[in-house]
Amino acid sequence: MTDLRRRGGGGDTDNSDNISDKEADGEDRLACPGEAESKDATPDVAPPSENTPHCLNKALEGLPPRWKNYWIRGVLSLAMISGFFLIIYLGPITLILVVMTVQIKCFQEIITIGYRVYRSYELPWFRTLSWYFLVCVNYFFYGETLADYFGALVQREEPLQFLSRYHRFISFALYLAGFCMFVLSLVKKHYRLQFYMFAWTHVTLLIVVTQSHLVIQNLFEGMIWFIVPISIVICNDIMAYLFGFFFGRTPLIKLSPKKTWEGFIGGFFSTVVFGFLLAYLLAQFQYFVCPVGYNSETYRFTVECEPSELFILQEYTLPAVVQNETVQLYPFQIHSIFLSSFGSLIGPFGGFFASGFKRAFKIKDFADTIPGHGGIMDRFDCQYLMATFTHVYIGSFIRGPNPTKVLQQLLGLQPAQQLSIFNTLSSHLRERGMLPPVAAWTPRPPSPLR
Amino acid sequence: YFVEGQRGGGCKQTSHGSESELKDGASDSDSKVDSGPPEVPVTSDDTPEVLNKALSGLSSRWRNWWVRGILTMAMISFFFFIIYMGPIVLMMIVLCVQIKCFQEIIHIGYSVYHSYHLPWFRSLSWYFLLCVNYFFYGETVTDYFFSLVQREEPLRILSKYHRFISFALYLTGFCMFVLSLVKKHYRLQFYMFGWTHVTLLIVVTQSHLIIHNLFEGMIWFIVPISCVICNDIMAYMFGFFFGRTPLIKLSPKKTWEGFIGGFFATVVFGILLSYVMAGYRYFVCPVEFNNDTNRFQVDCEPSELFQLTDYVLPAFLESFTGWTTVRLYPFQIHSVALSAFASIMGPFGGFFASGFKRAFKIKDFANTIPGHGGIMDRFDCQYLMATFVNVYIASFIRGPNPSKVIQQLLALRPDQQLYIFNSLKTHLTERGLLPALERAAA
Repeated sequence: MTDLRRRGGGGDTDNSDNISDKEADGEDRLACPGEAESKDATPDVAPPSENTPHCLNKALEGLPPRWKNYWIRGVLSLAMISGFFLIIYLGPITLILVVMTVQIKCFQEIITIGYRVYRSYELPWFRTLSWYFLVCVNYFFYGETLADYFGALVQREEPLQFLSRYHRFISFALYLAGFCMFVLSLVKKHYRLQFYMFAWTHVTLLIVVTQSHLVIQNLFEGMIWFIVPISIVICNDIMAYLFGFFFGRTPLIKLSPKKTWEGFIGGFFSTVVFGFLLAYLLAQFQYFVCPVGYNSETYRFTVECEPSELFILQEYTLPAVVQNETVQLYPFQIHSIFLSSFGSLIGPFGGFFASGFKRAFKIKDFADTIPGHGGIMDRFDCQYLMATFTHVYIGSFIRGPNPTKVLQQLLGLQPAQQLSIFNTLSSHLRERGMLPPVAAWTPRPPSPLR
Repeated sequence: YFVEGQRGGGCKQTSHGSESELKDGASDSDSKVDSGPPEVPVTSDDTPEVLNKALSGLSSRWRNWWVRGILTMAMISFFFFIIYMGPIVLMMIVLCVQIKCFQEIIHIGYSVYHSYHLPWFRSLSWYFLLCVNYFFYGETVTDYFFSLVQREEPLRILSKYHRFISFALYLTGFCMFVLSLVKKHYRLQFYMFGWTHVTLLIVVTQSHLIIHNLFEGMIWFIVPISCVICNDIMAYMFGFFFGRTPLIKLSPKKTWEGFIGGFFATVVFGILLSYVMAGYRYFVCPVEFNNDTNRFQVDCEPSELFQLTDYVLPAFLESFTGWTTVRLYPFQIHSVALSAFASIMGPFGGFFASGFKRAFKIKDFANTIPGHGGIMDRFDCQYLMATFVNVYIASFIRGPNPSKVIQQLLALRPDQQLYIFNSLKTHLTERGLLPALERAAA
């Protein structure tokens, strides 16, 4: 079965799949499936070339290369952070577009690595199929989001209504078409490669696309649920680096030799404090706190509402051990502590995963899009788990179901079921005193939905 | 599908041997000499002794036929038996099949990657299987057994924070994976991680969709599976008797005649089978859990899908058969769609599995079933069918699940509940479901 390298002598050259044969990784052999078709000597994933913009180069000519490196990284960090502020200012639509762009770029970076590792250049179908699957999965997710949040708009337009009603079926049909094309494109000598690429594409979709959609769903909950987690991860990155730089001594994990325990713990505490303060700052503005709503009349997104109780200052009694006082806090700040803890403690595992991945495939960076920092994936590897955690956190502890959606489902039931639910609901409301008891019942005007 | 059979009598291999030397006989000895990677173990002849004795007289080719035939009969009888046993048993069987399929695929992955000396991987793979199953079963149980869950305190907490708990469990596995990365084995470990996840995606989600279909009504479980089995058998028969034009390079034994004949035969079979089954409540009613008796019950008023209605035949059929109207169950029309999918798309699942086996140079996934290979071999065409049926039901048949809607309703805030209450009341009154008397009392 595994006739990978049985070509008589010289079998071992096959596997040195990749760049540095410094590591005589004997066991790593079977990695490359280049068995039947070709000899290996995989093209190395090209080392990131020097693509710092020319103006920066000129400005920093005078400095020694080590400082130049720091300056470039610093300048680019500031540039990215400013970019972040700018897109927040521009509003939800821009944010969605940026998230989508980042997602596409990450997908492309990972797929490119896969192509190089498997040297699939001679299988042109694969690029097409991978992009096709990306489009399908995005269509599925965006369709679900749109149907949820823009229910009113969708109901109005006839083609949109049709598309939304049969949305799952259409998405499935599109996916199936891609699946059949894959099966029909299997070429005799390249089976294993093709299956690997198929799996690579699917795992990448699983990682990249679902994350980005969770990010967008968090965004719709309120921009603060988007900004605070991302800022926490960025802050943890920077703080852990600084603490490690100044105080670092004990290595943290073999996988990333530059990480230290001092950096880890220092980063944890400073991130918690940072998150706490940032939450305090942002929770005051309706722009950040309100769920993104779509106003059907003006065709615009609105972020206006009555802030929920999470974002209203409340009194908390400090435990007696500290002081016998009360403080005024936003409840959201308590939640931010949990988000910060996760970002500092578990977030780094996403980074280790990416480091392990890069070592496994012997690449230094995912790509060289950002000078000094590597590819987009390099910046977003720790965000990977944070978005999912935030989404699960919101789903479990904060948000209830969406009332519009519940009503929509109710109206889709059979009349008998609607009746039974009606009775259940009326007795429930009556118990809680929301409905006056039977005898004195008078019609009440419907209260507006939040 | 039937990939074997190219070696007729005389060859040493038994019909179900899953030796890997499809193309190059040399690989076996070579690999053994070389690094001694444990391959997918050479399967010995494990036909039960009793069958061997009974068939000892026949030549090996006929023996092959008999073994396959008997096992086919055995599997079909077993299928009937578990249907008779009811929904709980069916769920257990689906779970067992899923675990076995998962184990078969992971085993192949291990053999391909020689991961035997990375003991963490078995544990991690099984751990991930457990996590994902916990997540899916938890969602199913919460949806369908809402009242039961609300009653028991520990269950209620588990169900309220279900997603969070599942995510925490998954994260633990993820962190263990990262911590288990060993310096020289990074690539292997990432490959196994990816392999595990893709297998979970394929096998576990499918099995849960099957269970969802089952809860819709056992007929939604039985008819699709039977259509795929029928298509398998009919395509084989037609190919055997009339086969001439090859269908696809991937599976040289498939023919166009088999494909088309199988299509028509399956459609007819589907129509007849649904006619037979739609008459019984046992098959047609959604599976529900009775809180008082703590048992599953399948008792209800059959929905309009399962009531005979008259259909007017189009003109050309009228002249052909002389009937003006036919009495059909609407479900039979749906079964045509299901059969069509099973005949046209189901084979693609089979081709996918054939390609996979060729890619990794294995003959069968395992040798669990004598004559047929592993469990995955039998279920490779079912792969797409379950998803299709689930999507079909969601899009064309079923509305939302009432108990889930109640659950969500009760989780809303009071003012939102009141708003919905009033909207619902208006809606029901408009449709005349709430007579004025009831309205006054409501």
